Amino acid sequence: MKLNKKALLAFAVASLCGMSAHAALGPGDGDKDDLTKENVQPTLADFFSPVSKNVAKPDAKGFIRRWLLLEPIDKPNRSNTVFTDSYIRENFGQQYFPGQFTDIPTDGKTERVGEQELKWHAFDATRFNVKLFRFASGLEKQVYGVLFWAVTIIDCPEDMPNVRLAVGSNSASMWWLNGEEAVILSGDRRMVVDDVMSGRLNLKKGKNVLRGAVINGPGMSDFCVRFVKENGEPVTNVSVTLSK
Amino acid sequence: MKQYKNIIKGFGALVGIMLSQSAMAQIGAPFIHDPSTIVECDGKYYTFGTGGGGLISEDGWTWNSGAQRPGGGAAPDALKIGDRYLIAYSATGGGLGGGHAGRVLTMWNKTLDPESPDFKFTEAIEVAKSIQDEDCDAIDAGLLLDPTTGKLWLTYGTYFGHIRLVELDPKTGERVKGNKAKNVAIDCEASTMMYKDGWYYLLGTHGTCCDGGNSTYNIVCGRSKKVTGPFIDNVGRDMMEGGGRMVIAGSGRTWGAGHFGRYVVADGIEKMSLHWEADLDQGGRSVLAIRPIIWKNGWPIGGELFKEGTYEIESERRGYSLELVVDFVRMNRGGGMFGGGGFGGFGGAQRPANAQGGAQRPANAQGGQAPAGGFPGFGAGAPGAGAPQGAQRPANAQGAPGAGAPAGGMGGFGGFGGMGGFGGGAAGGQAQRPAQQAAPQAQPSQTLADVIQDWPKDEIRVRMADYMGRPHQRWTITAVPEAGGYLGGPYYKIIIAGTNRALAATADKDVTSVPRFTGAPEQLWRIDQCTDGTYRIMPKAVPGTDEELVLMSAGDCTPTLGKWDFSSDNCKWNFKDMSKDITVR
Repeated sequence: MKLNKKALLAFAVASLCGMSAHAALGPGDGDKDDLTKENVQPTLADFFSPVSKNVAKPDAKGFIRRWLLLEPIDKPNRSNTVFTDSYIRENFGQQYFPGQFTDIPTDGKTERVGEQELKWHAFDATRFNVKLFRFASGLEKQVYGVLFWAVTIIDCPEDMPNVRLAVGSNSASMWWLNGEEAVILSGDRRMVVDDVMSGRLNLKKGKNVLRGAVINGPGMSDFCVRFVKENGEPVTNVSVTLSK
Repeated sequence: MKQYKNIIKGFGALVGIMLSQSAMAQIGAPFIHDPSTIVECDGKYYTFGTGGGGLISEDGWTWNSGAQRPGGGAAPDALKIGDRYLIAYSATGGGLGGGHAGRVLTMWNKTLDPESPDFKFTEAIEVAKSIQDEDCDAIDAGLLLDPTTGKLWLTYGTYFGHIRLVELDPKTGERVKGNKAKNVAIDCEASTMMYKDGWYYLLGTHGTCCDGGNSTYNIVCGRSKKVTGPFIDNVGRDMMEGGGRMVIAGSGRTWGAGHFGRYVVADGIEKMSLHWEADLDQGGRSVLAIRPIIWKNGWPIGGELFKEGTYEIESERRGYSLELVVDFVRMNRGGGMFGGGGFGGFGGAQRPANAQGGAQRPANAQGGQAPAGGFPGFGAGAPGAGAPQGAQRPANAQGAPGAGAPAGGMGGFGGFGGMGGFGGGAAGGQAQRPAQQAAPQAQPSQTLADVIQDWPKDEIRVRMADYMGRPHQRWTITAVPEAGGYLGGPYYKIIIAGTNRALAATADKDVTSVPRFTGAPEQLWRIDQCTDGTYRIMPKAVPGTDEELVLMSAGDCTPTLGKWDFSSDNCKWNFKDMSKDITVR
């Protein structure tokens, strides 16, 4: 598929300008006012930058911004009302590509899913939410009737018991921590911070693999993810990496 | 999801077949989608919807098609500024699966009455737009005239990206020159704003639209001290993070609440307009709804339409109950405090069986209604628990009637000046009940038949007193469909349960009860839930005056009519559902 040259150019410029560093910004921290660009088509660089060499941390509110994202799998759905719990489990449970639940992909790796040849991209999100819709549109991929896969790794300096995974997604999604199901968001959803929390989880000392799958029919796909402590405070004293 | 808006385009202009309608819904043919904020013009109410038409109502309760708005498109809003009406609407085909190039337009009219010779819209002008693929969909206009600054604000947008805020010129309806849009929310649509007590509230609709009885559409809000936000919800989430405190969602037989609009009726009386995506009682169609706004801890929530039923009408002033001025008829005393049935004789004629201590009772208090089965051993031995003056009880306290005492047997207790002497021995209380004594039986409530024969047959005045669940205190409130209504409700009759005796306003600005409900305006009552959750009760008319007066407390026990004052508890009432109060288990 032909790439959007204008978008890629802007993306490259933004990268050179160092937008990739995690500025520890969350909504309310100054990044949202910049979004109001009337009558301007958004670019990939408005939402993503290539992964920097800096050690990534969650932002000030704990949102995880460094991700490996797979280009969207074609999954036609005319309406999001079909995303019942059983639909989600059945459709996220099936294998689309080898190593789907076990491997840590690398930037640029490709997966064959049916007739599709899909590539993994390592990105830092420029905002608290990972705008999958703009990830897809910026790469000139389909934006509706899609299934996205996302992977990241949380590197903990110590065991962190009794934390919760807090997720908001548009639309339905499902998340696994270290291979175990952590949380499911069913139905026709909009992305809301802390929409659904997992039960109490343990982040072990060292690397913890977090995987997610987000499905959408006619919606504007995105998600936001953070870990929160028992007292509701975000977990920020961890590193986020993309290599095992 | 706006892709469905074309499907329902013109919806508001349709005149549907009248289906069975409950008192919970606007009547007439209130079929509309995306209603604009209700506006009053020359004594009539108007709301416009997606498509080109809208609804008109002469009383705020019966709505029919007839409002006219050129331009088609989606989801307009309306606002009166000075002596003109500003309409904002969107010319777009918006939709998440479709195009997002939209335009928000404004236009003026001197009147909203299409029959008026002055009815002529100005040429629509564009005030905001969205291109095909930006993170905004320029539809769903919402207008706010800031009461603190006189500035005019417009919000617009859908789930596709952001809700945006721009400033308009209140004189021209044009975009203020140089004004830059500001993103204020995500993941909602049908936004609008309102101001109250130093806060700006941004309202939006979340959930699934346009799916009939499956629609999860619901209205949420955040607030800010600044008109430009950030708008934060009750748990500290920015609406730019998807935050929002629930204002109203579907319930009962109506589902999918969307497109909030606020209408201030009077100080402390506010209404919200919205549509239900599906009213199951009206074929699952999208209908106009009008609900009270209640303010709870600084947040707006949807109140309920008044539900027909049998109620205690309780004053907010003192908590006393509206009742007929008739003799209080005592009930059998029952077991009272000690469960044996002998205690009731202490009471004065107007007292319940377990009322205040006997120290305040007259010596000749009647005990005539005490049932047989007085407490065994009653009065013999040490004072019972709770006997405040038992130690001073005269010697003749002993020998009070015991088991099987005839009615009135406890009358002699009245002079003891206390509740002493109950104990029935050191163990006292129920420990003395013989093993063979049957378990307590349910005691029937007093019924209308028990007392009505002694009531006057003509006018009976009303007052307030302790609520005791008696027939002269139970009011059945039902809608009177042929009497029309007001913004958000039908007129009601308020009658003593089981009778046709009706509460009525009088020419001397008081209230009374008349033996028969006739449907006269002074017997019809408007019931509005106030912003604090209490109620205003107002006669449709007061004989001999055009003044708008409400039912109020002149004293703790004295009702009257007076001018509405939201700051005074004298003007407020509560309804306590007593439908089950007459049930005998």
